[in-house]
Parts: sequence; structure tokens; C-alpha cells
Amino acid sequence: MVTLSESRVRRSEFAIDVRGLNKYFGKKHVVNNLSLQVRPGEIFGFLGPNGSGKTTSIRLMCGLLTPDSGSGTCLGYDIISESDAIKRSVGYMTQRFSFWEDLSIRENLDFVARVYQMPDRKTSVESALTNLGLKERANQLAGTLSGGWKQRLALAACMLHQPTLLLLDEPTAGVDPAARRDFWEELHRLAAQGISVLVSTHYMDEAERCHKLAYISHGALLAQGTAQEIVEAQHLFTWAIKGKMTDESLTQLSDVLANKAGVLQTAAFGNALHVTGRDPVVLEKTLRETLAELPHEMARTETSLEDVFIHLMRTAQGKKQ
Amino acid sequence: MNRRPSLFAFSAARCWGVVLKEFLQLKRDRVTFAMIVGMPVMMLILFGYAINMDPKHLKTMLIDADRSEFSRSFIMAMHNTAYFDFVGELRNEAEGEAALARGDAQFVVNIPSDFSRRLVRGERPVVLIVADATDPAAASNAIGAVTRLAESVAWKDLGGALTRLSGSAPLFDVQVHRRYNPEGITQYNIVPGLMGIILTMTMVMMTGLAMTRERERGTMENLLATPVRPLEVLTGKIVPYIFIGLIQATIILVAAITLFNVPFVGSVVELYAVLLVYIAAALTVGITISSLARNQLQGVQMTFFFFLPNVLMSGFVFPFYGMPYWAQVIAHALPMTYFNRLVRGIMLKGNDWLDLWPNLWPLMLFTMILMGIALKFYRRTLD
Ligand SMILES: Nc1ncnc2c1ncn2[C@@H]1O[C@H](COP(=O)(O)OP(=O)(O)OP(=O)(O)O)[C@@H](O)[C@H]1O
Ligand SMILES: [Mg+2]
Repeated sequence: MVTLSESRVRRSEFAIDVRGLNKYFGKKHVVNNLSLQVRPGEIFGFLGPNGSGKTTSIRLMCGLLTPDSGSGTCLGYDIISESDAIKRSVGYMTQRFSFWEDLSIRENLDFVARVYQMPDRKTSVESALTNLGLKERANQLAGTLSGGWKQRLALAACMLHQPTLLLLDEPTAGVDPAARRDFWEELHRLAAQGISVLVSTHYMDEAERCHKLAYISHGALLAQGTAQEIVEAQHLFTWAIKGKMTDESLTQLSDVLANKAGVLQTAAFGNALHVTGRDPVVLEKTLRETLAELPHEMARTETSLEDVFIHLMRTAQGKKQ
Repeated sequence: MNRRPSLFAFSAARCWGVVLKEFLQLKRDRVTFAMIVGMPVMMLILFGYAINMDPKHLKTMLIDADRSEFSRSFIMAMHNTAYFDFVGELRNEAEGEAALARGDAQFVVNIPSDFSRRLVRGERPVVLIVADATDPAAASNAIGAVTRLAESVAWKDLGGALTRLSGSAPLFDVQVHRRYNPEGITQYNIVPGLMGIILTMTMVMMTGLAMTRERERGTMENLLATPVRPLEVLTGKIVPYIFIGLIQATIILVAAITLFNVPFVGSVVELYAVLLVYIAAALTVGITISSLARNQLQGVQMTFFFFLPNVLMSGFVFPFYGMPYWAQVIAHALPMTYFNRLVRGIMLKGNDWLDLWPNLWPLMLFTMILMGIALKFYRRTLD
């Protein structure tokens, strides 16, 4: 489909290479000294709680916002002075649906194809419609699509001009599981061809499908690396507690444990409770004492990415307060 | 930052994409579409009423210093036109002015003391009619009727004794002095003014909202993320409205000529050329507004901020040279002032290019300056 032309990354070995980005909205420090490198062919997950600055960072990278300080390149083009060149070869999918609701699906795609001056416009639009499975509904107004379908249209539209870098801001929010799986398979296919992807998400399963992850909070990068590296770097230990427990008793147990020695956090996973701590010895001791009276099964389990992110979020909040 | 050069780079293909998109969106926006066609029609009906207005039995007062058979038959003839109701007699001109000022009379007919003497001698005496021309449309038919009296009715009514004076020339002259509206804007002037009003309103408002709408609906982020450049977007958004402006102007023109018999002595080509220039001027104003306004409400407010002085000061509502000097200075910065003069010049006087030029170049200059401002303020980022 697409081969990555050498010239695209001529000035940088990275698809995205930004250093020390800062952005203020008024007095609010929204992006705080952000440095990020994404290699060609890499799927890079961008995670962080609501309002942490993911969307703002992505906008900085594709030239939609001007950073207050810092510098960087996208596909080798300077994010401040060469945003025109970046726009031509980047596919940016906005978090909020930003296609024209009073245009039909086909008209939206056609507009995109025109402004990117695609040589074989008609064919591209038709094949995009076929891939989407929207061929029969191509004349339907985009505004009348369901949320998930809007999302899928937006995705198809931002990939239409065969960009070499995709910046996707929560592309699968509201999309059903089957379509989500198709979407991720497509992303991996594209990545295999050398296309780089920066994708923000709140889904853990999607995070685990990324080659690399970055976690930001309050605009600052807290962790970066593969999922495994991020988990290991936190040095957390987790126990899973099961038993004949109702939801209520699980909640009670979680409350009881929350303030005990060695317990950092608890989280319910179905009918199990994950208890995470930093010191394995203290944690195990606490658990055995607390649970002595109760019928239960207790087992060491791997600390999940979610446990780590929740931990990161809480510590970041603690620091802020 | 070296964003400058790209500001002027232009791709016709990308621009055409924007044009098509705007046309499609316009087609789907029924309310806007209805407004575009409905506004000229509505305004025409409103103003057409004014144009056609033919009020009769207007209050008239008389200063008859002659008191002869001739003056009496002239007054009877005036009365017979049904336009004039004689409601009182006055002694002198000062009383006449006062009656006009109070609104007791709309016309004061002044027949001089030597009227019959000079009439008999064939010296073509003058009957002076002072008219309150505040509402020129209302007064003009009556004035027309009395002017014709001097030409025709006089022969029939005054005939007999005066047959020896018969000839092609009227026996006496009627001189009309218009008060309160020295320029005497007639109904014909309404058409150019109406064109200006409708074009200004539609062009400025529609394009004023064009960009803010993208911003409010969140589609601006998408537009900014594509390679379309400011000039392409601005041009692409302007082009559909050029067509719309021309259609609106044509509706007004055809209606004015067919329904209201407004004369058209000039060149149609000239008129459309001037229309294009004015549409361009109004569109750049709209585009500037849409680059400045943060939301659609602000866009509408700014439109009116531009619209009102244009309507009020361009010579459409108030006679231009009746305005105070400072107002004339301001009016010379308003495009509608020049447009009114140009269209009047073409339609009523048959001006040629040389006559038009003094009012044409200011419009062009205005357009270029505004385009520069619009480009400068077009926000290339979401900041
Ligand atoms: N245009 C703006 N003006 C002022 N503040 C803004 C603007 N855009 C974003 N912010 C603020 O910047 C912060 C980061 O916003 P951003 O949209 O980047 O978060 P996010 O990580 O994408 O969140 P989410 O997961 O909810 O999408 C928020 O506190 C937000 O209120
Ligand atoms: Mg976001």
C-alpha cells in the first residue's frame, strides 16, 4: 500500500522527535517540558487521565498549536516553521468528531481527497467507502451516523491520503469491540509497512497492544517505555484475593485494607480484589492478618498496567495537593 | 517563524475543494437559502410599497396674492387632480414656512400678485410651490401632477380668452421648492440603495459567519489540520457568495424595472462590473469579521456595526450633502457610499467608465486593504 519514502525522515531518525515542549493556557501549565521520540513503524500509546494534556500535546506536534517553548520535528519537519509540510504527510484524527455533519459520507471523503490533492481521488474515495463497509450509506449525511460510525468515518478520512504518520486522539472511543479489533489489526499492518502511529487511549487492552507507551499527568511525562518496562519500573507487588464474597463485602474489605500498612491501592477485578503495595513482605503480612477470619484464596499475581497507571495517577495527584 | 511565504501560496485545486464544500453546505442549509432569496423579495415588497405609494388629498395651503379668475381656475385644476386638498389660506411666505414646519401643510402654493397680468401679456409667470419633501416618494407624484398642469390643463381651463397665446410653450411655469430634503431623493434612488442594503447584509453576514461556524462546530480543527491554506479557504468561502450576490442583485433589478418602471439608461455590463467590485468589497468585510469574531453572535454584532453606518450615512437614508461635515468624512470610508453613487450614475444618468472611476477606485482600494487585514487575522492555529 504505502512505502515510506526515505526523504520523509531525512533529517531525523525519528518520526516524532520533540524536546522540552511547554504550553500554557493563561496561567495553566498544560504541557510541561514534554520530550517524546517515536520511531518509524512504531505504535506509540499516549496515556493519561482526563485533562492531562494529551490532546494539547498532539496539537503541538502537528502544528495546530504553537508551543510557548521547546522544539521538535515531525517526519523531519520542524513543528513550528514547517507545519505546512507536516500537514501534508500526517493524518490527524481529532478527539471530537470534526467532519462536516451537513455533508454526506462520500462528500466528506471527497473533500479530504481534494484538499490533499490526491491524484486518483475517485478510486481512493470509493475504496475507502468499501473498506469501511459504508458503500450503501455513502450518501447519508455524516451527522446522522451513530457515534461509533462517526468515529470510523473520521478514521477512514484521516488515513485517506496515506499519511506516513498517524496522530490519533482517542480513535476508538465508542467503537464496538469487533471494529476495535479490526482497527488495531489495521494499525499493526500499517506499522509493519513503516508507518508510525501516535495514539491516545484510555483502554488498557489497547495500551498493551502498543509497541511503546508514554504516561502523562498534569502535562508532565511520568513513565515511558514498553508496557513491561513501565510495569517493572514501578516495583509494585500485587496480590489477588478471591473468595465467596459478595460485591458488598469486597468493597468493605477494600475499605478496610486501604489504610493498612504496606497497601498502596486496591482495585476490584470482577470477583477478585487486587491489592498492590511496594514492600512485598509488609503487604503479605497485612493481608494475612486482615484476612485471617475470612474464607478466601490469596495468590500473588502480576501487577497489571492498569494497577500501575492508577498508582501513577494517585501519586501524581498526591504531589499536586 | 517563516510562515509568511506560504500565506500567499495558492492551489486552485484545493480552493475548488472548499468551493464545492461551501456550495453543498449552502444547498443543505434551507434557512440560509430561504433568507438569501427571501430577503430581496421581502425588502422589495416593503420598499416597493414605498415606491408605488401614491397618496392623494395632501394638505395644501394657499397664498393667493393675485385673486384673479386665472388663479382661481388654476387652483380648481389643482384640486381636480385629487392630490391637493386646500385646507387654508395664508397671507405671506413666512406663514407658509411656519405651516410646513408644523406639518399643517405639506404644500404651500404661492401665486404672485402679478400672475394674471403677466399671464395675459404672455410673460410666463411663475407659480411657486413649496413642498415638504421629507418623504420624497409621497410628494413626488403630486409634484408631477402639478407640473403637468402647467403644460396641459392650462389650455383647457384658461382657453377662451387666451387663444391668441396658444403655442407649444406652457403659459406659466411651476417652480417647486423642496424643503428638508434638498437632494430630492426620488423613488428611483431606492433601487440602488436597496441593492446596496441587501448585498451588504447578505454578503457580510453570511461570510461573517462562515468561519465562526467552522470554529463553533469544531470542524475548524480539521480544516486547519489539512494542507488548505488561508487564502484558499477564504477564496473558497467567498466564491459561492459572489454567485448569490449576483442573483440577488438580478432579482432586485428585474423587479425594479418590470414592476416599478424604474428607468435604466446606462449599461448592464457596467452595472454588473460594479456589482462584482462591490460584492468583493462586502465579502472581504465579512471574511475579516469572521476571522475576528470568536463566535457567531459576535459575528452578527459586528455585521450590524458595519451595516448601520453604511445604510444611514451612504446617502440612502439622509441626503449626503445634508449631513454634517464629519459624517461626510466617515461616509467616505464606507463602501456603500460609493456603490450608491455608482449605481445611480449607471442606472439614472448613464455614466461611462470615466464618470465612474472617481467612485470606483475607492471601492477597489477598500477591498484590497480589507483582504490584507483578513489574511493577517486568519488564525492558522487553534491558539
Ligand atoms: N483552548 C484551551 N484553552 C484553555 N484551556 C485549555 C484549552 N484546551 C485545553 N485546555 C486545558 O488544558 C488541559 C489539558 O487538556 P487536553 O484536552 O489536552 O487534555 P486530554 O489529556 O486530552 O484530556 P482527555 O482525556 O479528557 O481528552 C485541560 O485542563 C484543559 O482544560
Ligand atoms: Mg483529549
